[in-house]
Amino acid sequence: MSAVTLTDIVKRFGNFTAVHRMSLDIPDGSFVTLLGPSGCGKTTTLRMIAGLLDPTEGDISIKGRRINDVPIYKRNLGLVFQNYALFPHKTVAENVAFGLKYRKVPREEARRRVAEALELVQLPHLGERYPRELSGGQQQRVALARAIVIEPDVLLLDEPLSALDANLRENMRVELKNIQSRIGVTSVFVTHDQSEALAMSDTIVVMSEGRVEQIGAPEEVYNTPASEFVAQFLGASNILPAQALGIEGGELGLELPGFPRLAVPASRAPDVQKSGPAKLVIRAEKLVLESPDSEANGRYSVPAIVETVDYQGQSARYFLRVGDQQLQAINMIDQRPFSQGEAVALRFRARDCAALPVDPAP
Amino acid sequence: MGWQLIRLYAILVYGFMFLPVAVVVLLSFNDSQFGAFPMTGFSLRWFEALWNNDAIMRAFRTSIMLGLLTAVISTTLGVLASLALVRYSIPGRNLITTMLIAPILVPEVVLAVALLLFLNFLGIGKSFTLLLFGHVIFTLPFVILVVQARLVGIRRDVEEAALSLGASPRQTFFSITLPLLMPAVAAGALFAFTISFDDITGTLFWKPGGVETVPTQIFAMLRHSISPEINALGTVMIVLTVGLPLLGAALARRMAMKRGG
Repeated sequence: MSAVTLTDIVKRFGNFTAVHRMSLDIPDGSFVTLLGPSGCGKTTTLRMIAGLLDPTEGDISIKGRRINDVPIYKRNLGLVFQNYALFPHKTVAENVAFGLKYRKVPREEARRRVAEALELVQLPHLGERYPRELSGGQQQRVALARAIVIEPDVLLLDEPLSALDANLRENMRVELKNIQSRIGVTSVFVTHDQSEALAMSDTIVVMSEGRVEQIGAPEEVYNTPASEFVAQFLGASNILPAQALGIEGGELGLELPGFPRLAVPASRAPDVQKSGPAKLVIRAEKLVLESPDSEANGRYSVPAIVETVDYQGQSARYFLRVGDQQLQAINMIDQRPFSQGEAVALRFRARDCAALPVDPAP
Repeated sequence: MGWQLIRLYAILVYGFMFLPVAVVVLLSFNDSQFGAFPMTGFSLRWFEALWNNDAIMRAFRTSIMLGLLTAVISTTLGVLASLALVRYSIPGRNLITTMLIAPILVPEVVLAVALLLFLNFLGIGKSFTLLLFGHVIFTLPFVILVVQARLVGIRRDVEEAALSLGASPRQTFFSITLPLLMPAVAAGALFAFTISFDDITGTLFWKPGGVETVPTQIFAMLRHSISPEINALGTVMIVLTVGLPLLGAALARRMAMKRGG
């Protein structure tokens, strides 16, 4: 059964359309991420599900019930904000107990559930503290406890990790995902951070300028981007103009200057069927730099010149010249990085390529 | 050398400002018949006289009643107006804010005469209610300024969190917004009370015959003679109008500290 269903949702602010006719089905218990740059409509969508904004058109259902006209305080949702939004004048325990008060939960049971929730977020002894006495990470855990203690139908998370510093963010990301799968609550997570989206989601919804670009599992979205935008937004990709030669034996032939003739698996080019102009997509980390005199071992090999080296410790980012095109590659460093001006061989496999039509399919 | 001069100058300025007040307080304890130097001994007789002066005690009760009602009405209206102006986008918000703040900028005499003429035009006579309205009009800007400033600092997502947890908009206001707003509400109420308690210009225009507040009573007494009672009354007024806000500020700070606001 689906926990949340959006049907042809449109949101306009005056003349500006923030969300264009969006439909989405979120299965019960799943973790769905709305991913996109700022201004792509992901937060607007979340706020419509929450009931903080009304959709201009379309229907929103939670557990099969249309809730367009149900106010936020009757929707039974858990909401976690970027800036924690704890009640500063209440203790941690009072913060967590807040939602139970309006559900007429008996006092004893409420106390037990608050203790359980704080246990779950690993802050069992901080109930008597005030929010300002806690660190950012602790405050966000309290906010999470406050949202899940009411056993919401859906947990809505609006960039909950963005205010934390880098190390803490990665730890919290793992923990948040663990807690979510343990209690099995349907979650909608909004972020602009692709690594958060890839690490945590069952399904990623990539959005751009109010439109859904692609919906799919993390591997799917990462490996088979449905549009140039998705390819660019998720990691560094090389997108090169190419000539499609049609499908033969389950493989799409591609020709582009400076490259050998490529045969890309047809499954990696679902939207390119016919011959004609197309685009080749190769992820920067799938291009391996090797010395020109080494063995290709059945991989494609393209001669290139290193133009710039961006050294990052365990890995390096190379900007390379192939003919009149610039490509980028990200490689782990084995001993020493290749240096500027060096001639190298770029090696990659057919299954690491993907092809897109020139005009993205509507 | 330069610093010495500045220091001396500063002392002189403070002396000019506060010596008269100190003299009033000092003379209120003077035993002499005349409210002037030299002092002839320490006595509380003028305070006693004050206590036994029916006219003054009546004025005192009027002032306190007027001040309290002004504070309650002004604070309630001020909080509601601030909520509307900060939390909702209403057309002409800036204009409304300016209009609400305007009574501070308009000379009080002008405001006093204007309200009086307006109500005469409507055929409404002077009354205690009119006096109260007048005081509410020019204490309201202070309440709005203080409350608005605080309200801007209360994040909207805290209220949204309360709503998402099942509190209705009204429950959210009383359990989240109002407690967080409390220091500003208290400060606003104190402002309103002391301004009302102190006011003389507007009050002289608006008060109905036979009703006196403490300032108008003092004014009336001064016209006949300078009685030492006035010194005692001055001392009481100073304690009320300076001591009360200081106490309030201290309480508000302690409250804010405890609540982490």
